Parts: sequence; structure tokens; C-alpha cells
Amino acid sequence: MDEFLLIFRRDTETKENQPSPADMQASIKPWQDWIGGIAAQNKLASSGNRLHPEGKVVRPNNVVINGPYAEIKEAIGGFIIVRAADFDEAVEMAKGCPGLKAPWHVNVEVKRVISNA
Amino acid sequence: MKEKELLPHLFRTEYRKIVAVLCYLFGIEHIETAEDIVSDTFLSATELWSQKGIPDNPTGWLYTVAKNKTKNHLKHHSIFTQKLAVELKYGAADSEEIEIDLSSKSINDSQLAMIFTVCNPCISIESQIALALNLLCGFGIQEIADAFLTSKEVIYKRLNRAKEKLKAEKIKIEQPTATEIDERLDTVLTTLYLLFSEGYYSTSQNTVLRKDLCAEAMRLVYLLIENIDTNQPVVNALLSLMCFHASRFEARLNDKGEVILYEDQDTNLWNQELISKGEYFLEQASKGNYLSKYHLEAGIAYWHTQKEDTIQKWDGILQLYNRLLQIEYSPIAALNRTYALAKANGKEEAIIEAEKLALTDNHFYYSLLGNLYTGIDDIKAIQHFQTALKLAQSKTDKATIQRNIEKIML
Repeated sequence: MDEFLLIFRRDTETKENQPSPADMQASIKPWQDWIGGIAAQNKLASSGNRLHPEGKVVRPNNVVINGPYAEIKEAIGGFIIVRAADFDEAVEMAKGCPGLKAPWHVNVEVKRVISNA
Repeated sequence: MKEKELLPHLFRTEYRKIVAVLCYLFGIEHIETAEDIVSDTFLSATELWSQKGIPDNPTGWLYTVAKNKTKNHLKHHSIFTQKLAVELKYGAADSEEIEIDLSSKSINDSQLAMIFTVCNPCISIESQIALALNLLCGFGIQEIADAFLTSKEVIYKRLNRAKEKLKAEKIKIEQPTATEIDERLDTVLTTLYLLFSEGYYSTSQNTVLRKDLCAEAMRLVYLLIENIDTNQPVVNALLSLMCFHASRFEARLNDKGEVILYEDQDTNLWNQELISKGEYFLEQASKGNYLSKYHLEAGIAYWHTQKEDTIQKWDGILQLYNRLLQIEYSPIAALNRTYALAKANGKEEAIIEAEKLALTDNHFYYSLLGNLYTGIDDIKAIQHFQTALKLAQSKTDKATIQRNIEKIML
């Protein structure tokens, strides 16, 4: 089993793509059910964290800008770490992410964690 | 209370108190001396009370005799005394001056110190439980053997090894400091939780003994709540959980000591007083920011005290299991979570999730699949129940699975 980082990103800039507070409230159960399902398979290595949309980016020469990057509208909204046999399984798990079906277009990046062993 | 009942009763309530105080006084090195003195005290009571009748204040009598026997022992074992004098917390070299404090405060302090001594991870969890039953609950070796479904010899050896280990590690019997409480409270709670489970889920047919184990575990948790330093939300959460579980004790076993499944239980037998207590301790537990697995389990147990099958109930249970599994995975929590998922979100979704669990050596897994497929694909349901039947060991489990198959066949 390897560990895979699932990074959730969404467009936090475009006005019409923002979930309402009611949308946010309604999205809690599907997310919890999805993560609970991964945990029930004993494949959740870390329940990670959710992140606020705002952020800063520090660039060389003490340049600090308001993140996310100006060129892309997507910001990291959160992450979890799962255990999977291979990339295929991790990707299959990522496909279950309820954010993918949401009108505010969440996408999931899957990265294999380098193990120390 | 008649003499016949009084002495066993006092043995159960007072033996452990005097033992705790003497152990606290003597230190871990002399646990057996403490036990001998107290056993000897009860022996004297048995002999004298049958001849002269029960004294006016039986407990006071036991305390006085125990104190005198302790002083005598210290007098006649000068080597013991000399060695002990250095270690004795009271610092008195002369045995005549040693004060043996059997006030309720001293008893509680000593018992608290003993809980932290006994629940020490340097000895195995089985040994911790056996030692807790012996020293903190006043259970005899035979009773402990019955609870563990093993022989007296095994328990005797287990207790002795545990005591020797505590001595070798020089574990102190003392009031835990705030830091020690922070570091060790989790271990203590785990042991007390397992002590409770030993009674609640034991395969022993001895219902009285099983109830005793649960009651003792609850008493020890309550002892922690009575102490200001250990009265923490997590401790209240554990007691709440125990109250909710214990409220169903009468309803979940038939007169043969066999388990009656939740949905078949007579709710009139649920103990409302314990349910109210559970709610009270759950409220106490909700202070602070730390959400422990006991909080989540108490929440799940709370929902189970609500008999009515509502979506709110089952989604409540599902969400608590979702979080519990994120804190600590266990196969049984995974299976129960999937059952709640079926109740809250429907069987179709639950079947997909259930098949991912792949707990193929667990008969509960196949029973769950059988249950989920019932009414959707009865042939598959029966196949799963038959696999469960092959894997199940106990008679009760086999009978339950057999009933499920028959229900489909009807």
C-alpha cells in the first residue's frame, strides 16, 4: 500500500461559480459520507484539513501577492491522504469525491507520497 | 442485612478500600502484605461475628481491626518497618505513631492513585484488567477466572507476574500530577473501557458476574469524575457511553444469558434512569474542544436509546461513525457504519460501500451483506448468510443467521 495525497481545488474567483452558504451546508453530508466510506475501508491515512479560500504567495525578492496565482483561478480548498495499492485505485477513490459533481467545479489532484522506508 | 449477606457485601465494598489505603501507605513493594492484612481482618470478622454477633458499626470495626493488625505487623517485622520507615509517606519511624487514615478522602485518594498504578502500560492489558478486578474491585481469583473463562491457575499466575513487573519497574503508588494525568488518562480510560466491555460482551453465561463487571467499571470511572483533576470531558463521555449501554443490560440478554438483538429487545426493559444519567454525563462531556472517540461512541449509544426509526436518527448515527472511523478504524465500526448508511441513504448505496470493505474472514460482514441484499436479491442474500453461517462460531450467532435465512425463505 502506498499513500496518495488528494488535493481538492476549485475556482474561488469567478462569481457565478461560488457556492452559497446553503450549498456549503448541504455539501457537508456527501463529503463526510465519502470520507467515512474511505475510512471504513481502513484506507484513510489522514483526514487532512479544509482551507480558507484566501491565501498569500511569497515569491523571491520578498514579493508577496494575494494568492492564488493570478494566472489561474483555482485555489486549494483542502486535502486528505489515502492508502491505495496503486495509482489506479487512488484515482478510483478520487472519482468518488462529491465535489466533482458540484456546480462549482472541484477537481482532485492525486499525488503519490514518497515513503521514507 | 443478615450476617450471611453482610460479610460478602462488606468484602466487596470495603476490602478494596482498605487494600488501597495500605498499598498507598506501604508502596508497591508490599502489596501482598497489604492484601494479607486485609484478608486476615475479614477472617477475624468471620470468626468473631459468628460467635459474638455483628458489631454496631461493622465497617468501623473492620477499619479498627485493620489498623491494629497493620500496627502489629509493623511492630513484629522490624526489618520491614525500618526499610519502610524511609519510604513511608508519613515519615514516622515508630510504628505506634503511624497513622492509618481510613477517612473517605484518604480512601478516594488512595483508590485514584491505585487506578493509575494498575493501569500502567508496562503490564499487558489483560493483566491490567485482572489486577484492577483484584485490587480495585475486590474480586477473588475464582471470580476473575470465571469472567475471563479461564482457570484459577492462569489468573493466579497473571496477577503475580503483573505485581512482580510493577515492583521490578518500581512503579510508585502516588497521586498523579496534572502532567501525569494528561499523559496517562487515556491508558486508564482504555483499561476501564475494556473492563466494561469484558462484562458487556463476555461470552460467560454468568449474568450476575457480567453485571458486576460493568458496575465496577462504571464505579471506577465515577471515581475519576469525583476527583477534580480527573473530572475531564473525556471521562464524562466514557461514563455517558457506559450508562447508555448499561441501560439495555436487562433487555439484551434472555434468562439463559444469550444475546437478544437490538431490534428484538423489549424497550420496557430499558433502564430510563441510566439513560437520563447518560444524557447528563454527555452534557458534562460537551465542555471543551477535544472530541474523543468516547464522545462519538456515546453519541451513537444515545441514538440507540431512541427506539423510533427515523432518518434523523440513522443519519445522526452515520455521521458519528464517519467521524469515529477517521479517529480510529475498527472492522466492527466499519460494518456498523455501513448498516447506518443503508438506513440513512438506502440499501443500493450501502451494498456498493459494503462490498469495498472486503472483511472476508468476518461472519458479521456476510451477515451485513445478507441483510442488505434481502429484498433486493434474495438468492444473493441467502448465499451471504450461508457464508456467514460457516464462519460463525457461537451458537447464538449461528441461530441468529439461521433465523435470517428462514425469514427470506418464508
